[in-house]
Amino acid sequence: MELTRRETLGLGLGAAVLAVAPFRANAAAEDAIAAFTGGADMAEGGVALTAPEIAENGNTVPIEVSAPGATAILVVAAGNPEPGVATFNFGPLAAAQTASTRIRLAGTQDVIAVAKMADGSFAKASATVKVTIGGCGG
Amino acid sequence: MISRRDFLQVSMAASALYGVSGYGNWARLAAQQSLTQDQLLEFETYGNISLIHVTDIHAQLKPVFFREPEVNLGIGDARGQMPHVTGAAFRKAYGIEDGSPSAYALTYNDFTSLARTYGRVGGLDRVSTVINAIRADRPDALLLDGGDTWHGSYTCYHTAGQDMVNVMNALKPDAMTFHWEFTLGSGRVNEIVEGLPFAALGQNIFDAEWDEPAELFKPYKFFDRGGAKVAVIGQAFPYMPIANPSWMFPEYSFGIRDENMQAMVDEVRDVGADAVVVLSHNGFDVDKKMAGRVQGIDVILSGHTHDALPEPVLVNKTHIIASGSNGKFVSRVDLDVRDGRMMGLKHKLIPIFSDVIAPDPAITALIDEQRAPYEAALNEVIGKTDTLLYRRGNFNGTWDDLICDALLSEREADIAMSPGVRWGPSILPGQDITREDLWNVTSMTYPNAYRTEMTGEFIHVILEDVGDNLFNPDPYYQQGGDMVRVGGLGYRIDVTKPQGQRISNMTLLKTGEAIDPAKTYVVAGWASVNEGTEGPPVWDVVENHIRNQGTVTVGPNTSVEVIGA
Repeated sequence: MELTRRETLGLGLGAAVLAVAPFRANAAAEDAIAAFTGGADMAEGGVALTAPEIAENGNTVPIEVSAPGATAILVVAAGNPEPGVATFNFGPLAAAQTASTRIRLAGTQDVIAVAKMADGSFAKASATVKVTIGGCGG
Repeated sequence: MISRRDFLQVSMAASALYGVSGYGNWARLAAQQSLTQDQLLEFETYGNISLIHVTDIHAQLKPVFFREPEVNLGIGDARGQMPHVTGAAFRKAYGIEDGSPSAYALTYNDFTSLARTYGRVGGLDRVSTVINAIRADRPDALLLDGGDTWHGSYTCYHTAGQDMVNVMNALKPDAMTFHWEFTLGSGRVNEIVEGLPFAALGQNIFDAEWDEPAELFKPYKFFDRGGAKVAVIGQAFPYMPIANPSWMFPEYSFGIRDENMQAMVDEVRDVGADAVVVLSHNGFDVDKKMAGRVQGIDVILSGHTHDALPEPVLVNKTHIIASGSNGKFVSRVDLDVRDGRMMGLKHKLIPIFSDVIAPDPAITALIDEQRAPYEAALNEVIGKTDTLLYRRGNFNGTWDDLICDALLSEREADIAMSPGVRWGPSILPGQDITREDLWNVTSMTYPNAYRTEMTGEFIHVILEDVGDNLFNPDPYYQQGGDMVRVGGLGYRIDVTKPQGQRISNMTLLKTGEAIDPAKTYVVAGWASVNEGTEGPPVWDVVENHIRNQGTVTVGPNTSVEVIGA
């Protein structure tokens, strides 16, 4: 019987994306946020970020951001080699300042959402999403 | 001889809702007499609503032995908290006397001798008797099945769950939620669920493509009982596509989704629910965390982690009930619901002593009918054991050691890995091992025993990853099972450390040498979640090994050193 290493990975990893230690916000992520905020302080609260605690598939992780009154929301995957994910802009006629998308995560890391409010202030939320080998299902 | 000294009854007055404990002394309340069915069922009907909870039956139609865990570590806030208390400390916490029926039912010590005294537990024909007795008191009692029902035996595998569906349908449940059922494959699950004569619930069962609630599974169902409206919300196992093969049910997505749980609770309250019950397969620690974050749940009927607790655990105003596994227990929960709210709760964890509770003959006949085509295969003796064989616990049980030994010898591997599942009954020393017994600890739809090469570094990554899925201090980041069982490999684990720093001192047992991160080792295992995994089914591997041994003996396992427990 022949098994390639990629197929088995013991308990069943889909792709070689596993990191032993969680990724943390890197300089590129901080730069992306600073470029968005111009270095302004960010309040906690006022922006909701919904993401799974553990990704079912690190290649396509559903997330949703919502910030009533925001003009724009920046989403950053702090542990990805390219941390920028998206910036959602909301015009004055937008019914709700909510957006959802799917993102790819290179490993366990924090996803960060920063909302720019109409008054020029900023708010931030973050969530840790774990990417795991899986298996051993209880 | 079963002494009557303890049966598991808990009574909570309305005041207990607010944390005034009115229970804990039940062991002292009972006189020393021979235990009877009437005593096991004794319950002064309370309030206006009765719930009957069964969960994690794992297709055990017939009575079994089931040893509760010796090692069940709580991490972070869960440290030393129920259900992470075992043995003597557990008995002390609930006032259970050593050697009593409850000691046998709820703790691991002296398991072999107590099992010989008190006999097997469970059997759905006995469970039926208990359900019938509760329904005699309260004809409209709700029977709620927490899932892991259509998985775990020879007959369940060969009938793709039909044996369990037939027998459970005869017990007339009112609602059910799910976990291992999905490993039948989504086509089969959909087929069964479409024909179920009761509600299939899961507020967290979503369509994977659209990330919207799945149509086939409703989030909740209302029941009019005792002049009140009871909403039962389902919560399926959140991490199915991670812990089990997602390719078997690619259309479905799960997750904890506690914001949606809150929305569902608010929705049912808005439309007049007087009481909110969550039928959960979260696992106990996840349920505890959820009860602290979601407001408005009265009762969580908890499943997945197989814990059996004689008293509810209260988080804020939510009572969490843990009803064991393998048909070993039935929980009765009576509620007093008036004026749009729950005023009080009375609970009893009923152990199903199979020699004490008379089987319901109609269900016995139905069970026998399911088994009849397979009787010869089920009863075939493939060996004998000198050692108590059990699985449950955070680390290797003796069943796992035997399976790992089989993988090492039959597959000529350096290292064996076996999944840390919680299901699987026990076998007493001196007992024959039948094919049914072997399938009870191995049956699954992805049984292939792979053989592959892994570097020492990658083996370390696996142990760290699985370790974090069990010992992450945040229960929402715990993915499901107990620690992966290993053969041929020793290691040290510090459960208090973060991922990447828990596992050290990995040793190849056959040489006594440290595992070299750069070196390649032959690893045999089973239950890979990857599609296309090749190899013989693990039950054939283990059966060959047992036949070669004749009588199996499993020595003490000292290869895992646990720190920080």
